[in-house]
Amino acid sequence: MAAAAFFYLFAGICIASAFMVIAGRNPVTSVLFLILAFFNAAGLFVLIGAEFLAMMLVVVYVGAVAVLFLFVVMMIDVDFAELKAGFLQYLPVGALVAIVFLIELVMVVGTLFADPASLQVAAGAVADAPAAGVTNTQAIGQVLYTQYLFAFQAAGFVLLVAMVGAIVLTLRHKPNVKRQDIAEQVARSHKTVIELKKVPSRQGV
Amino acid sequence: MEIGLVHYLTVAAVLFTLGVFGIFINRKNVIVILMSIELILLAVNINLVAFSIFTNTIAGQIFALLVLTVAAAETAIGLAILVVYFRNRGTIAVEDINLMKG
Repeated sequence: MAAAAFFYLFAGICIASAFMVIAGRNPVTSVLFLILAFFNAAGLFVLIGAEFLAMMLVVVYVGAVAVLFLFVVMMIDVDFAELKAGFLQYLPVGALVAIVFLIELVMVVGTLFADPASLQVAAGAVADAPAAGVTNTQAIGQVLYTQYLFAFQAAGFVLLVAMVGAIVLTLRHKPNVKRQDIAEQVARSHKTVIELKKVPSRQGV
Repeated sequence: MEIGLVHYLTVAAVLFTLGVFGIFINRKNVIVILMSIELILLAVNINLVAFSIFTNTIAGQIFALLVLTVAAAETAIGLAILVVYFRNRGTIAVEDINLMKG
């Protein structure tokens, strides 16, 4: 029963911290609760047996995305209390939509709960069931670089485009800063750079 | 009661709803809206991984990995746009973002 206890622990903290993310007054605490939510989701992944994705979640989200959020929150100087002003105005319609949405989702999940057989995959349909005794990471690696190679490369391309885009968006050329201009340096020749002067004796330049 | 697929799907449903709710109640704050989108994508990932494990296929986890990639790219671009916008306008209030309105 330890697994069930851990499931409820992780799920409870995950949902509670997700609520704190959207209800927090200060974005810094929101980011920190987002990190907590992702840690607990990683715990859920470990419980269910997806260890590789759990570690990816910690590395990518906690290590990169959350830190990026923290940097941006601390970098921009905004009065966040002012942004919070319309909170109560949007609360009723937001709560209505959220409740309707949650009821719909729970009904979908409930039909699955009432009829678990609907989940059964046809016997021949599963082409990539991992073999017994293969670890999770190995199972992912075996298909990621073979069967899903193009998807993997497309993901890498998406990251490249995102990186270039982020740099292009935020790079700023300040005026009055001396920079190296390699083309100009290479184009220099002795004709334009060196000036020869004939200095008559006893007269100076 | 044994922890099954339904439990994970319920957690994901609640997380997804919280993400949508967060977008509604934080209409003015772009940073929290981006965080809500992260929550929604996390819920999607939990769904993908849960189905992947309980139907004994590995494809779901590959897709979860791709969703993770897209989420990271989206966050980077979104925050870059946010920084540029703040630099130009001095505010990040969503309702002021109407320069492109015809």
